[in-house]
Amino acid sequence: MTKASAALLDVTGLRTRFHTPHGIVQAVDGVSFSIQRGQTVGIVGESGSGKSVLARTIIGILAKDGSVTTTGCLAFEGRDLLKLPEREMRDVRGKDIAMVFQDPMSSLNPVKRIGAQIGEVLKRHLGLRGRAAETRSAELLASVGISLPAERLRQYPHQLSGGMRQRVAIAVALAGEPKLLIADEPTTALDVTIQAQILDLLRRQQLARNMAMILISHDLGVIAGRADAVAVMYAGQMVERASTRSLFHSCCMPYTQALIRSAPKLPDPPHTRLRAIPGRPPDMLRPPAGCRFNPRCDYATDVCRATQPMLSAADADGTHLYACWHPVGGHGVLP
Amino acid sequence: MLPFFLRKLLRLILVLLLVAAATFLLLNLLPGDVALSLLGNEATPAAIAQVRAELGLDQPLVLRYLHWLIGLLHGDLGRSYITQVPVMESIVDRLPVTIELMLLSQGFALLLAVPVGVWCAYKAGSRIDRLISSAALLLLAAPVFITATVLMFLFALKLRWLPSTGYVPFIASPLSNLAHLVLPALAIGLSEWPPLFAVLRADMIKTLQQDYIALAKAKGLGPAFILLRHALRPSSFTLVTVSGLQIAAAITGALVVETIFGLPGVGRMLTGAVYNRDMMLVQGCVAVISVGYVLINFGVDLIYATLDPRICR
Ligand SMILES: Nc1ncnc2c1ncn2[C@@H]1O[C@H](COP(=O)(O)OP(=O)(O)O)[C@@H](O)[C@H]1O
Ligand code: SF4
Ligand SMILES: [Mg+2]
Repeated sequence: MTKASAALLDVTGLRTRFHTPHGIVQAVDGVSFSIQRGQTVGIVGESGSGKSVLARTIIGILAKDGSVTTTGCLAFEGRDLLKLPEREMRDVRGKDIAMVFQDPMSSLNPVKRIGAQIGEVLKRHLGLRGRAAETRSAELLASVGISLPAERLRQYPHQLSGGMRQRVAIAVALAGEPKLLIADEPTTALDVTIQAQILDLLRRQQLARNMAMILISHDLGVIAGRADAVAVMYAGQMVERASTRSLFHSCCMPYTQALIRSAPKLPDPPHTRLRAIPGRPPDMLRPPAGCRFNPRCDYATDVCRATQPMLSAADADGTHLYACWHPVGGHGVLP
Repeated sequence: MLPFFLRKLLRLILVLLLVAAATFLLLNLLPGDVALSLLGNEATPAAIAQVRAELGLDQPLVLRYLHWLIGLLHGDLGRSYITQVPVMESIVDRLPVTIELMLLSQGFALLLAVPVGVWCAYKAGSRIDRLISSAALLLLAAPVFITATVLMFLFALKLRWLPSTGYVPFIASPLSNLAHLVLPALAIGLSEWPPLFAVLRADMIKTLQQDYIALAKAKGLGPAFILLRHALRPSSFTLVTVSGLQIAAAITGALVVETIFGLPGVGRMLTGAVYNRDMMLVQGCVAVISVGYVLINFGVDLIYATLDPRICR
């Protein structure tokens, strides 16, 4: 417990299920990691691997109509967010934990002025209104690199470019002075030329505010130089987790290896088109038995097809975990 | 904003001219002869010719149209063939009743449709949503004269809460005026709210799946604030269109309801005029109704522009 309370957020055995007319989708299936104050954890995985669902589960914005069930533990500063009543959770959202979405074209309300969209956070969580809120909003816009902030407050999202809108979305997220920022593919929808700017902006804000960040991407290249630790997701499961350094130097899981091979080298701009991993991610309604990666894995054997590998430690202090029967690089042994 | 407004205004004027021409042509090309209906079937040809000349019906169509159009531009719609009362005067007398009825009924319809639509969208798929949606469908199928009769029977004749027929001008007694209009307006409103409810509910369900609603939740905002301050406006474009069409179409409801509740409105006058083949009066009523229709659509365009900042560019 001493170790758990030191972490800002401790995610343990998190599972999120969607009950759909076609069956149950286990979109997040046993994810565990923790994040310290001011730290960045990268979450990486192909499209459909459950990254966005994980983000939405942590901030608690999935449907509450019974079609989604969540189990596990989300200890934020020692409190389990999953057990928190919705009313109290609303004080956490936007204040303690904030989120930046993938597509700034759709994540800002098209019929509300920028000023109102920032101002409502200031009013809700900091009690700022009127002049004070306006001044603070303008400061926030200036801090995310938007020129003429006072004028922008009166504009609508459609009057700004995509990159500008994402800056506004970041300002909205920073308005409540969160301790944890979840950035869900914050640059995927943007022009290549702007992506690095936005990622650098996030990094600068994070350092200046000692804010923790969960940086989500399908591209290891985006995360490589920016995260302290990385969790790799495949078909809803966390298949490898390590410090960024350890992951790049001695990854264990063949899927991680394939991601690293398909990631752009550091000098490349983020999101450079590269060799994709052959095959397709599994149908989440009917995931394959055994290791979920086995139909696409070059190292797959009978045991992979029959039994799911558990997370095992690759190093002495257990910070590098992986789930694979035949880890690359010679960790682990056959059963 | 201004070029948008001017563009709309220009279109408005064009449409109004077309509407005037169409109204005139439609009614003057219809079969049936006023002179004949004035004098009865036993009239002599000479008498008919004389009446036709008095009414100016012997002149060519084009001349009659120009004459009527010039009058229209001066606010003169001619005189009723039958009562000889200026058409404009009759309409101005009765228009306030009809306008009040239409606004009240649309008010009722929106008052019912908006909260219920928002709630059902929020609870989409739940038991209460399915129940209300079915009830709305049922009401949609009920003709106005049925709802009007049921309401009159229940609240005026059985419970005696409200008067069953008659009218008191607003200036004479606002309360009594409203008492006389509540049931007729409710009758039209009840048959008008289901489509409003249905389009709002459908649009709202789509809006609630948007990322900006997820962001609003992620800001820690409560459901009431999100529904009313984030989702309602972007979900109400179709609602405004349908509402505009309905205010205009409510005139058909007014025809029925004004007759049932004995309200001295344009609807009842038009019914009588058609029955009497009083073409001058019919023409005037139709022209005024059409102009109203076009003006309402103009208003809808303007409301759009205030609802959606992306429109006026
Ligand atoms: N509301 C939902 N209902 C049912 N399935 C969903 C829902 N949202 C996401 N999923 C499924 O969960 C899986 C993970 O989706 P997502 O988290 O969006 O992937 P990623 O963000 O990694 O691309 C996908 O298979 C997706 O189809
Ligand atoms: S468990 Fe087997 S199939 Fe899965 S990644 Fe490891 S080697 Fe490949
Ligand atoms: Mg995603």
